[in-house]
Amino acid sequence: MTAHRLLIGALCLLFALAPFVLPQPLITSLSYIGLSVLVGIGLVVLTGVARMTSFGQAAFCGLSAYTSALLTTLLGWPAIAALPFSLAMTGMVALILGLLTVRLAGHYLVLGTLVWAIGLFYVFGNTPGLGGFNGITGLPPISVLGFSITSPRDFYIVIWAVVGLGFLSAANLLDSRTGRAIRALPLETMAESFGVATSRLRIQVFLFAALLAGMTGWLQAHYIRVVNPSPFSVNASIDYLFMVVIGGTGQLGGALIGPMVFETVRTWLREIMPVLFGRTGSYEIIVFGILVIVILQNAGGGLMSLIARFLPAAPPVRAPRQAAPLPRRTLPARGKTLLSAENMSKNFGGLAAVQNVSFDLRAGEILALIGPNGAGKSTIFNLLTGVIPLAGGSIRFEGDRIDGLPPRAIARFGIARTFQHVVMQPRMSVLENVALGAHLRGTSGFAAATAHLERTEEASLLFEAQAQLGRVDLASSAELPAGHLALGQQRLLEIARALAADPQLILLDEPAAGLRFGEKQKLAALLRQLRAEGLSILLVEHDMDFVMNLVDRVIVVDFGQKIAEGTPAEIRADPRVIEAYLGGIDEEPVRATPAQEALP
Amino acid sequence: MNTTIGLLLLQDGLTSGFIYALLALSILLVFVVTRVLWVPAGDFLVFGALTLAFLQQGKVPGTVWLCGALGVTTAVAETWHAWRGNEWRDWRLVVSISLGTPLVIGGLIYLLAGSKPALAVQVLLTLALIVPMGFMLYRVAFRPLADKSILVLMFVAIAVHYALVGLGLVFFGSEGYRTPPFITGRIDAGFTRISWQLVLVVAISALFMLGLWFFMGRTLWGKALRATAFNRFGARLTGIRTETTGALAFSIAALIGASSGVLIGPMTTLFYDSGFLVSLKGFVGTVIAGMVSFPIAVLGAIMVGVVESFSSFYASAFKEAIVFALLIPFLLWRSAVEPRSHETHEHDE
Repeated sequence: MTAHRLLIGALCLLFALAPFVLPQPLITSLSYIGLSVLVGIGLVVLTGVARMTSFGQAAFCGLSAYTSALLTTLLGWPAIAALPFSLAMTGMVALILGLLTVRLAGHYLVLGTLVWAIGLFYVFGNTPGLGGFNGITGLPPISVLGFSITSPRDFYIVIWAVVGLGFLSAANLLDSRTGRAIRALPLETMAESFGVATSRLRIQVFLFAALLAGMTGWLQAHYIRVVNPSPFSVNASIDYLFMVVIGGTGQLGGALIGPMVFETVRTWLREIMPVLFGRTGSYEIIVFGILVIVILQNAGGGLMSLIARFLPAAPPVRAPRQAAPLPRRTLPARGKTLLSAENMSKNFGGLAAVQNVSFDLRAGEILALIGPNGAGKSTIFNLLTGVIPLAGGSIRFEGDRIDGLPPRAIARFGIARTFQHVVMQPRMSVLENVALGAHLRGTSGFAAATAHLERTEEASLLFEAQAQLGRVDLASSAELPAGHLALGQQRLLEIARALAADPQLILLDEPAAGLRFGEKQKLAALLRQLRAEGLSILLVEHDMDFVMNLVDRVIVVDFGQKIAEGTPAEIRADPRVIEAYLGGIDEEPVRATPAQEALP
Repeated sequence: MNTTIGLLLLQDGLTSGFIYALLALSILLVFVVTRVLWVPAGDFLVFGALTLAFLQQGKVPGTVWLCGALGVTTAVAETWHAWRGNEWRDWRLVVSISLGTPLVIGGLIYLLAGSKPALAVQVLLTLALIVPMGFMLYRVAFRPLADKSILVLMFVAIAVHYALVGLGLVFFGSEGYRTPPFITGRIDAGFTRISWQLVLVVAISALFMLGLWFFMGRTLWGKALRATAFNRFGARLTGIRTETTGALAFSIAALIGASSGVLIGPMTTLFYDSGFLVSLKGFVGTVIAGMVSFPIAVLGAIMVGVVESFSSFYASAFKEAIVFALLIPFLLWRSAVEPRSHETHEHDE
C-alpha cells in the first residue's frame, strides 16, 4: 500500500462519510460541486492532456438534460430509461462537431464549440415546446428499483459515486496504451509515426469529455427537476474551463480542487461584491478573469501544482517481471531488397529539393545518406516516412508502394524512425515513452482502457518496452520522467522506442548529433549489434568518422541529386564527393539548377 | 417580402456587416501577429460606443476609471518585470503611456465632459482614451506569455474578456445605451433610399481597410507586422522585436474596435456585455477566411451581417443560431483544403 493509495483511500472515505455528518446546505453545495467535478474530469483529459479544448461542455450538459426532460415529461419514461438516449444524443452531436473540426488546427474546435454552444442556447430558448427561457418543469426524480432519489443526501451519494467512477475511468484511461497515445497527441508527427490514428483519437477524447458532460446534465436535470437554458450558456462552459485552469489541468486532481475552490470563492464573492459596488450583478467574473490570467502567467499549473508538492506522488508505472511475449515479425533474408526508391522528386515552390533520387536498401545492411547542409537529406527522410508527400517517383517496401501513405500506415510495414530533434513526451516516464513505440503491437481500445480490461496486453507491452530499454542500456532509468534524461540518453530512448515497434527497418535521423565521443562509440556498437540481429538501418548523418566506420554502403546527395553511391572506401575516393564537400579546386563547379537560379 | 423590404434588409445587413468586417480585421490582425484569439474585440467596440454615449450626455464615462485602473496595473506589473529581469529598456515608455493616458486624456475628459464639446472632439477623446488600453492590455496580460501555445493564449483572451465585461458592469452599469445618429435620413438612389448611416459606415470602413492595406504593404512597421505574422522566430532573427509588433497589433485592434463602437452606437442599443456576440460574428468572418486572408475575412463578415439581417426578418428568434450555422459549410470546406496543423511546439511546463 503506497502513500498515494492511502491518500486516495482517505479522500474516498471522507467523501463517503460527508453526507452523514455535514449539515444539509453543505451537502447540497457539495452535490453541485460534484456535478462540476464530473465535467472537469473530461476537461482535464481534453485540455490538460490532449491539448484540445471545448467551450461547449455546458451545452452538452444542456442537450442531455433537455433530451431526458422531453422523454420523461412528454413520453412518461422513467429517468433511468432516458439516460442512454440522452448520452447518445450528446455523443452524436460531439461526434459531428469533432468530425467537422478534428482535421483543422486546434482553434477551430474552440470556435466550433463556442458557436455551437451559443446556437444551442438560442434554440433551447426559442423553440416552441421547450418552454422558452422558463424551461420544462415537472421532471421525475431518478428512481432505481422502486427507490426514488429525492433527498439531498441520497443525491449526494449518487453524484459522488458517479464522480468516483469518472475519476477511476479517466485514471485508468491515462494509464494505458490509449492513454499514452493521448498524452502524445500534442506531438502529432511522432504519434502518427508509431501508428497512432491521431484524428480518430482526438474525436474519442472529445466524445469522452462530452459524455461526462452529458452524464452531468442528466443528473442535474433530475436533481433540480427543472430544465431551462441559463445553466447551459456559454458562460457556464467558460466557468467549467476556468475551474479546471484554476485547479490545474495537468493532473486529474485539478478537476476536484478547481470546482471546490471556484464555487466556494464564487459564493463568497457573490455575497460581498454587490455590497462593495452597491449594485447586484455578476462582479465575480472580474476576480476569476484576473485570477486565471495570473495563474497562466505563473507556470499555469493551477492550484494542484502547488499542492502536489506536499502530497505523495503516484508510483511510477513499472514493467512486470514476467509477461507473455508479444508476437515478433520474421525478418526478411539478408541481402533481399527491402526498400526501393525510384526517381523520388520533391519541389518546394521553385526549389527542387530532391530530384530523381533512386536507391535500394537491402535487408540486414546499414545504409547511410550523407551530404552537405541543404543537400536534401532531411527532405528525403521526410519523403520516406510519409511526413511530406512525394511529387514524383515511387517508394516501395518489400514490393508494396508506400509513397502517398500517411506515416501511421507506413509504420504498419515495420518501419520505425527517430527524430533529428528528439521528440518525446517529457512528462511521461522513460518506460511509457518507449511503450508508445509498441503502440501498433497492441489492439485494446478506448473503452477497454477506461475499465482496465486490457491488463494482460498492457503487461506485455510494458515488458517489451523494458526489454528494449535493456537493449540500449537504459533499463535502470525506466521510471524517470523522460525529460530528466541527458541528450545522449534521449537519443537512445528514441532508438529503444523504435525497437519496441518490432521493426524490419529503422530510419535514424542524425542519431549521433550532439553526442560525446564515448556516446558515439556506444551508439555505433549498438547499431552493429542490431545489424547482426538482422535489422536493416538507414541513417542520415553528418559525422563522417561515425558513418565511415560503421555503415555498409553510403549514398551521397548534393543539391537534391544523388551524386555517388558505394562502400565507404569508394565514397572517400570519389572526386565528386570531395568536390561537394570541399568545393572545386580548379574550376567553379556548376551546381545550381535552373530552378534555383530562378529564385530571387 | 417585396423588393423594397429586401433592399432595406440588405442595407441593414451591409451596415452591420461592415462593422463585423472591421472587427474581423482586428481579430485577424491580432491573431496572425500574436496568435491570440482576440475575443475582447467586441468589448472594445462596447467601450467605444458607451464612452461616446456618456460624453454625449455630458457625463464622465466609466472608461476613464477603467483606463486608470488598467494603467496603474500595467505600470506596477511593468515595474515588477523590469526590476526582476533588470531590463529597463521599454520601461519608461510603457509606464508613461500607462499612467499618462488616464492622467492626460482622462483628465481632459473629466474637465470637458460637462460642457459637451463638439462631436468630433468627443470622438477624438474616446479614441485617445481607448486605443492605449489595447496597448496596455497587451503589455500586462499577453506579453509575458508571448511564446506559449495558442491554447494558453486563448484562455488568457477569454479571461481578459471576462474581466473586461465585469469591469464594464462596474463602470457603465447594466443599462443599455444608444447614441443619437450622426446624420439622419436617407438619400434617394432611384431604386432605393440609402441611409446615411450606411454611407458613413461604408466610407469609414473603406478608409480603415485602405489604411490598413497601405500600412501593411508600404510602411516599414507594416512590413514588420507581416514578417512577425509569417515567422515569429525569423522576424526576431532579422532584428524585429516581436513584442513591439505585438503591442502595435493590439493598438491597431483597439483603434478599430473603438471606432466600430463609435459607428455602431446609433444603430443598436448596447449593454456592457454586448461585445461577446459581436466578437463571435467577427470570428465567423475570420474562420471563413481560414484565419489567414484579410479580404476574405471582410467578405465573410459582410455576409454574416446580411444573413443576420434577413434571418431576423424571417425567423428572428433563431437569427443567432442561423448566423452561427453558417460556419458549418466553411468548416467542412476548410477541413478538405487545409493541411493538418496540430503540432504544438510548447515548452511550457
